[in-house]
Amino acid sequence: MNFKHKYVFLFPGLFVLIGILIFPIIFTIRLSLSGWNSYTPEMNFIGITNYIRLFTDDPRFWESFFRLSFLSVSTVILQYIIGFALALMVWREIKFKRFFRVIFLIPMMTTPVIMTVIWRTFFHESLGPVNDLLGNIGIDPILWLSDPVIAKFTVIIVEVWQWTPFMFLLLLAGLLSLPKEPFLAAAIDGASSFRKFVYVTFPLMAPISIGAIIIRLIEASKIMDTVFVLTSGGPGTATETSSFYIYIKGLREFQMGYAATLSFTYLVIMIISLTIIAKVLTKLMIKE
Amino acid sequence: MKIIKTCLTAIISSVMIFSPMAYADKWSDQFPHIKATGDIPGECSYESMSKKNYKGKTLKINTHAVPVMGEPTALHAEQFAKLTGAKVDVTHTPAGDLYAKAMVPFQAGQAPYDIVFGFSNFINDWRRYLEPVPKKYVEMKQMQDVTPSHIGIASWDGVMYQFPVDGDRHYLKYRKDVIDNPKYQKKYKADTGKELRVPRTWKEYGEMAAYFNDWDWDGDGEKEYGSAEVMKKDDLMYAAFYSRSAAYSKNPKTPGGFFFDLETMKPLINNPGFVEALTDWVEATKYVPPGGINFGLGDEIGSFGGGQTLFSFSWDDAFVAAMQPDSPINNKVGAAQLPGAMKVWNRKSNSWDEGFNQAPFFVWGWAVGVAKKSKEKEMAFDYLCFFANEANHQADIGIGRFGVNPFRDADFQADVWTQIGWDKDIAQSYVDTLAEMEKSKNRVFPLRVPGTFEFNAALATAAAKALAGQLSPQAALDEAAKQWEDILNRVGKDNVRKAYAVGVAMEDNKL
Repeated sequence: MNFKHKYVFLFPGLFVLIGILIFPIIFTIRLSLSGWNSYTPEMNFIGITNYIRLFTDDPRFWESFFRLSFLSVSTVILQYIIGFALALMVWREIKFKRFFRVIFLIPMMTTPVIMTVIWRTFFHESLGPVNDLLGNIGIDPILWLSDPVIAKFTVIIVEVWQWTPFMFLLLLAGLLSLPKEPFLAAAIDGASSFRKFVYVTFPLMAPISIGAIIIRLIEASKIMDTVFVLTSGGPGTATETSSFYIYIKGLREFQMGYAATLSFTYLVIMIISLTIIAKVLTKLMIKE
Repeated sequence: MKIIKTCLTAIISSVMIFSPMAYADKWSDQFPHIKATGDIPGECSYESMSKKNYKGKTLKINTHAVPVMGEPTALHAEQFAKLTGAKVDVTHTPAGDLYAKAMVPFQAGQAPYDIVFGFSNFINDWRRYLEPVPKKYVEMKQMQDVTPSHIGIASWDGVMYQFPVDGDRHYLKYRKDVIDNPKYQKKYKADTGKELRVPRTWKEYGEMAAYFNDWDWDGDGEKEYGSAEVMKKDDLMYAAFYSRSAAYSKNPKTPGGFFFDLETMKPLINNPGFVEALTDWVEATKYVPPGGINFGLGDEIGSFGGGQTLFSFSWDDAFVAAMQPDSPINNKVGAAQLPGAMKVWNRKSNSWDEGFNQAPFFVWGWAVGVAKKSKEKEMAFDYLCFFANEANHQADIGIGRFGVNPFRDADFQADVWTQIGWDKDIAQSYVDTLAEMEKSKNRVFPLRVPGTFEFNAALATAAAKALAGQLSPQAALDEAAKQWEDILNRVGKDNVRKAYAVGVAMEDNKL
């Protein structure tokens, strides 16, 4: 029997893959080897000049990368802890369980940019309600957006508020799918709630936890909208992340060739680091 | 006979006075925006536009976010659509993205927008993608009243690429009810030993702003602050920094460049003059309202216009907003030239020249052009001509949030402003300030060179780092100067020099 015709059925998928994934990557690599900018808008070939510039003369990119690492790791850890706690809460038989499940999901259903504008209004140092409320109890205004250190934590607050529901949703789905037998066995053995969580729930949830953490890390590593709206990377460059920096270079300063270099390098770094993180998490959380 | 003569005079006078209004009312009933003046006859008046028929055609415009420039664009688009039958799609874009939003399709050879708004200093990068303004518009009556400096701003090598809709410069705005208040003058003298007056220098500005910071000096139950300034990175803050730098670095004895030394093309932005200005600016973070370090232009307009601060300096918008009838500080503000300095850096002798120096900064302003690839060029120019017609212009310049500022000779008459409710002395000080700037021989004009956006972004990032305390003023400006060298090398020194020479010639009064 001749199965060659089966390849015909693969072509549509292959074309889509080439169109939306392979071609943009190849184009980005080619663009990164050019000096395309506002005054020479052409795909000239300048070799690895842009890469040399990135690795020898652009500390701002690396600073933004380490800042991004701090922001994404800390937000995802917080989201995981809070999301897990909320999922455990509504996993039990409590009153208004369905109501709470919906309530906890609301932040994720809102539009990030619009919510960030609202958060920015809340945190406005002289006109926002947060400092007003603090003032009523005798606390001096906090520089939520204009202190280089506090501004980072403001970004973390907004990100955690927005995306904890996603973690909650995945973990709740995981909890609801757990087999009942291990819990019955633990109950017969007289295990306390804490021991049940440490020795039964947490290990059983490890695979889904790793999946949830990796998905959120991938998403958090692209953080852009929150920073763009909340602080514009400021004060100074205190909250500038890699994706925001690439956006500035590419679409504000119009250094397209160099922005492509940054994008491709960033992509490679993210693929390598997320693969390592997934391996490490698997080793730490899943015990054979 | 005397009675008949008197009656005739009265009738003739009535006809003369009321006939233009009757003509105007026909349009102002339909378009309340021009209620104050009615339609004013001209090539692009309401009457003229109503005779055009663009039914079935669509005009696409990319403009700034609402309200600054975005609101008048949308308003005049709606009016234009009603008059001509055209469909007008208006897209609003944040200031920082206007450049790229036009450049991406320009470079890709597409024209998603027929009309693109931006800043006038984009002209060098944009002009190859813009359609020159046709002769019939350049020569029309409406254009004859535009000041020569603004005709120059909209043009390159004698060809007009940008349709004049706005004219900008930076100047000082202050609270007249405080600075001119004998009670506060006495108190300030007693506490500091100095005179309370319109600040002549940036040092005086800083001292007064610090003194009037963080207490309720207007008795409204809320704290007020010293100064509202555009300090947010990527939100035109580079322009605010140049304004503060001009007095320290624009030395009339050393022509040949403010940003670069035209001969060597060495960046000058890290010389002691600029460093002194940035040091002052870092100090200013102590007397801006809480969060003032993140103020963009809109925040600055709202803050000063809303009565929150003693001083402000930037475009006209905050001043006009403060003078609107619904403003809490209506007729309580004054305009003056930007403060100066008691020393100015001499880059030839490498030392400070002692003595008072002041240099106005012409920030130019909003600019708009028609895409070369547009298929609706005629309609696009008609829209722009209508946008800037006399009736619309007079109504627009009186609304602070619109961002439309004087650029016609007629705008420099105090009467234009007293008619919209300004006190006579305030109107006079305003037009005098603008006129003095036009006459100054020690002006600074912004960069109009290839890669303008890169130069300004590098400077803004460095200044923002200094304001946030991440770097010292000297280190920040050294970093910016190094980046300017890199940009020069990428763009080509000769390319930049050729374009920069045009601006230097204007600064050195050779054009």
